[in-house]
Amino acid sequence: MKNEWPLWEVFIRSKSGLSHKHVGSLHATDAEMALENARDLYTRRNEGVSLWVVESKHITASDPDDSDPLFEPAKDKIYRHPTFYDVPDDVTHM
Amino acid sequence: MTSLNLEALFQSKIDEETKIEPKDWMPDAYRKTLIRQISQHAHSEIVGMLPEGNWITRAPSLRRKLILLAKVQDEAGHGLYLYSAAETLGANRDDLVQQLLTGKAKYSSIFNYPTLNWADIGAIGWLVDGAAIMNQVMLTRTSYGPYARAMVRICKEESFHQRQGYEIMIAMAKGSPEQKAMAQDALNRWWWPSLMMFGPKDAESSHSDQALKWKIKRKTNDELRQQFVDVTIPQAEYLGLTVPDPDLRWNEEKGSYDFGEIDWEEFWSVVKGNGPCNKQRLQARNKAYDDGAWVREAASAHAAKKEQRKLEPQLETKAA
Ligand SMILES: [Fe+2]
Ligand SMILES: [Fe+2]
Repeated sequence: MKNEWPLWEVFIRSKSGLSHKHVGSLHATDAEMALENARDLYTRRNEGVSLWVVESKHITASDPDDSDPLFEPAKDKIYRHPTFYDVPDDVTHM
Repeated sequence: MTSLNLEALFQSKIDEETKIEPKDWMPDAYRKTLIRQISQHAHSEIVGMLPEGNWITRAPSLRRKLILLAKVQDEAGHGLYLYSAAETLGANRDDLVQQLLTGKAKYSSIFNYPTLNWADIGAIGWLVDGAAIMNQVMLTRTSYGPYARAMVRICKEESFHQRQGYEIMIAMAKGSPEQKAMAQDALNRWWWPSLMMFGPKDAESSHSDQALKWKIKRKTNDELRQQFVDVTIPQAEYLGLTVPDPDLRWNEEKGSYDFGEIDWEEFWSVVKGNGPCNKQRLQARNKAYDDGAWVREAASAHAAKKEQRKLEPQLETKAA
């Protein structure tokens, strides 16, 4: 009873040219079964052209409690954005 | 931070419509309420396959059979999306399944009513999926991210469920007098149980206030029920069928229908396990689970063997 099948995270590329996007998770004994189950569970209506499955335990997530210090360094660097700069009205194509 | 501050911060996120995600801090009661609600919802999708599954082999045409198969398969998918949403809160899949199989967990009472003939399949798609959609559209805006995302996916799939049911109702209501009588009979039997799907009256709904404050729910049971009646009556009129409620009438002043009182005694009796099919449904789930045991074991054994084979060549090199 307690030998539960591992949990897998499923990612779908909805069409060529787009990135894979997380859609949910499922249980499967191995990668091959995870792909087959993902096909049946998440792409019953042509939702994708490519699937990734990753065993959930292999994903390392950042801690939401640390998100302030983690993302702090980017916050005060407004000069990284194009809107920081004044471009004279007469100048075009920039 | 003290737990009081955490709780205030949590509520302020809810108030400003920021979704709560799995690793965010949340009050224990929020987590518990969600696990209970999401797993009950998952169980409902799974048990909900049984009344319709009953008619797959007897669908009147290949077209209807393919459609019903696809619908029932969708419901299995809905159950699985929801179980995995519950798992993001720390629930264990096996535990949830056991709670269903032992009768400890509840599922929607509507699935404890029998499907007596083909018209019931029409009535279920139209009314039962219709009522479920009312609730699920609201839940696409629920405060817990994974639950809301599962609902978006589910709602996209539900609309075909309702339409295929209504199409069956049209075919029968516009068919022979016998077919029309069957459609009317199905509506008579499914109408009140469908209204019961929205749960007890607001005044008697114990979890309602907190669920609204946490934005798990965004509308009350009575609001959703009223909304369902208002959109469904014109659909019944189009079919030329009448809902079995002598008190139903349009209320010009409030711009919606007044309708009769639900038989709450029946409601509570089915919730408590005494509906027409409660025992049968649980037996069917247990049988499916037990009969599938060898498949689960074989799949685990197969995966272990493949894993072992991957390791073996390395062992041989070492020995050499
Ligand atoms: Fe569903
Ligand atoms: Fe459905």
